[in-house]
Amino acid sequence: MSSTILAIELAYWQQTGLRALLGLVGVLLPAGILVYLFLFKMMSFMQSRLGPMEAGPYGSLQLLAEVGKFFQKEDLIPAAADRVVFKMAPFVVLISTFLLVLVIPAGPDLWFIDIDTGIFLALAVSSISVIGILMAGWASASKYSLIGGLRAAGQLVAYELPLVLAVMGVVIQAGTLNVQGIVMAQASGEIFGWGGIGNPFILTQFVGFAIFLIAVQAELTQPPFDMPVAESELVTGYLTEYSGLRFLMFFIGEFATAGIFSALAATMFLGGWYVPGLDPTDNLFNVIGPLVLIGKMVLVAFLIFWFRFTYPRFREDQLQQLAWKFLIPLSLVNIVATGILKVVF
Amino acid sequence: MTDVSNRNQLAYIAAQASDARVNVEFETEGMTLNLGPQHPATHGTLRVIVKLDGERVLRADPMMGYMHRGYEKLAEVRTYPQVTTLVNRIDWLGSFANEVPFILAAERLMEVEAPPRAQWIRTILFELSRIANVILFLGDMGVQLGAVTPVFFAFRDREFVLNQIEAVTGGRFHPNFDRIGGLKDDIPKGWTEETTGVLGRIRTFCDEMEDLVTGNEIFQARPRGIGVIPAEVGLAYGLSGANIRGSGVDWDLRRDGGVGLAHDQVDWKVWTHPDGDSFSRYWVRLQEVREACGIIEQLLGGIPSGPVMAKVPRIIKVPAGEAYVETENPLGVMGYYVVSKGDLVPFRVKIRSASFSNISITPWVLEGAYVPDVVSILASLYFILGDIDR
Repeated sequence: MSSTILAIELAYWQQTGLRALLGLVGVLLPAGILVYLFLFKMMSFMQSRLGPMEAGPYGSLQLLAEVGKFFQKEDLIPAAADRVVFKMAPFVVLISTFLLVLVIPAGPDLWFIDIDTGIFLALAVSSISVIGILMAGWASASKYSLIGGLRAAGQLVAYELPLVLAVMGVVIQAGTLNVQGIVMAQASGEIFGWGGIGNPFILTQFVGFAIFLIAVQAELTQPPFDMPVAESELVTGYLTEYSGLRFLMFFIGEFATAGIFSALAATMFLGGWYVPGLDPTDNLFNVIGPLVLIGKMVLVAFLIFWFRFTYPRFREDQLQQLAWKFLIPLSLVNIVATGILKVVF
Repeated sequence: MTDVSNRNQLAYIAAQASDARVNVEFETEGMTLNLGPQHPATHGTLRVIVKLDGERVLRADPMMGYMHRGYEKLAEVRTYPQVTTLVNRIDWLGSFANEVPFILAAERLMEVEAPPRAQWIRTILFELSRIANVILFLGDMGVQLGAVTPVFFAFRDREFVLNQIEAVTGGRFHPNFDRIGGLKDDIPKGWTEETTGVLGRIRTFCDEMEDLVTGNEIFQARPRGIGVIPAEVGLAYGLSGANIRGSGVDWDLRRDGGVGLAHDQVDWKVWTHPDGDSFSRYWVRLQEVREACGIIEQLLGGIPSGPVMAKVPRIIKVPAGEAYVETENPLGVMGYYVVSKGDLVPFRVKIRSASFSNISITPWVLEGAYVPDVVSILASLYFILGDIDR
């Protein structure tokens, strides 16, 4: 949010309050959309079920019911747990999510922070969740949690690299780390001199897009990369001992991060809040930009959840091999190719 | 004790203690993980105590008995027709198949034989319960490997099979339909056509499994080459059913057993796989579901006419003697050793259930495996807890 939005002058405290509120919306809205659309409905349709149908039209109020259920549950802490760390862990995971949402612009003037190292910040803060997960795994004083936490740490560190390297291609092509700049570069881009739809980077960075999605899937510890929470072996890994509100926090963290990473992918590869045919500086985008972004986010998230509900999970060694032997070399090749082509054209 | 020896002893203890402390600092300690009795992977109350070094299994001990219901003892105070009610619950997914070997053993003791029509319908129901049992395994294998969707397909399509079993027997899970000398009732009108339709659905389900699970790259990568059981080891541990056929042993009691079922009347094939790993066990089961569809289809085409019940007295007293009959049940070989003293109740019933023998290989096969593989190996051995504990 710039200091003036739609030409309304706001005091500092008003701005801060508004930002905090919108940050909350920015975290909860994607989580809610993804849980309802994909976890409740798409998963059910794929498995020849209907999913929730009773609460509200087509079960749309089921989410509220679920949240209400979590609120009522007792906040259990194992006797042997490290209480302070155990209680802190969900917050650390959520903080990473809240910091991540800051960098994504939803319109030409709709952003929380506009810094020149936006993408860099996003990738840096997304790693904070690893610490939260490790804390949860260690503090639970449960063997399942411990194994899950360690697996998560190994996995997230391994997939941090392809995630960063996949983004490098976009950064090279856009010539900036600024997220708003990346959107603008796509909006004002041209495909061999034809500027009809701008130049969404997915056309040139399709390899980067694929690697980014795979790495995001792994960062979210979703199937096929859900070794840390493998419910058939580790019960639910580092989440095993959590109940009630603290479990809900992890849950929101997971789905909100899925949504925000999808939005980030949409921003970097699909043009973000921009739709072709309009002037990117048009004030109209401050209104329809968020909607466009949510639409694109749902598109990307569809891919993520499609894999999630279809694939069995990788084994730990196969998962590491995929990262180190395949994704990282491929993304390095992608960077080199992008660099060469950038110089040539 | 003298002073000197006392001092020596103290010195020795001190040396040991200091030595132990050094060792504690440099050696890592293994971790004991308790899989079960309440655990999502064991679909029941099996407990596997796994000693781990990192994620590698040093030793795995299956602990059973959490669901022991004492059926062998209970059978001694039930009349022969009442025993089928009990044994229904042994392998609860393919429950009709549990009744068949017991009834066959009792028939052998009484020297009666079921009429051909009863034998054919028995075989059809036997194979239907095999399908109902094994397609759930096909879905469950996906769940154990982390794919949630296949099991819903399995439950969806199993329902059609259960409906057909229910249409004949009146019970979805516990038919209690087999009688000494035949069957309780004939099949209802129009049942054969309906069943043919259901078999089409099951075939479609098998194709879906091929696409969704078998054809999946990750699934291809996961269970291949783990949990390898060579044929001789498998035989030594008493494995049976698809577990041993997955190791390349061509042994199927439906073909080799020669008991009173109609399998020899139709044309079918025993599937084996040479690898002996988890994948081959899965693959063999998938083929067996298809094969069972073929068997049922052929049997439905030529059910002989006649009664479904032989002439047996109303109050069944089994002559003194012993009989052991085993059949190829969905989980493997299931046998009943029935000893009669010429009474209303059996003197002793020993139940040889397939899963009990199949699970006995777990310490051997799990040694050196990794935790993720423990689950997929256990899943591929496919046991039902009721079948282990009885």
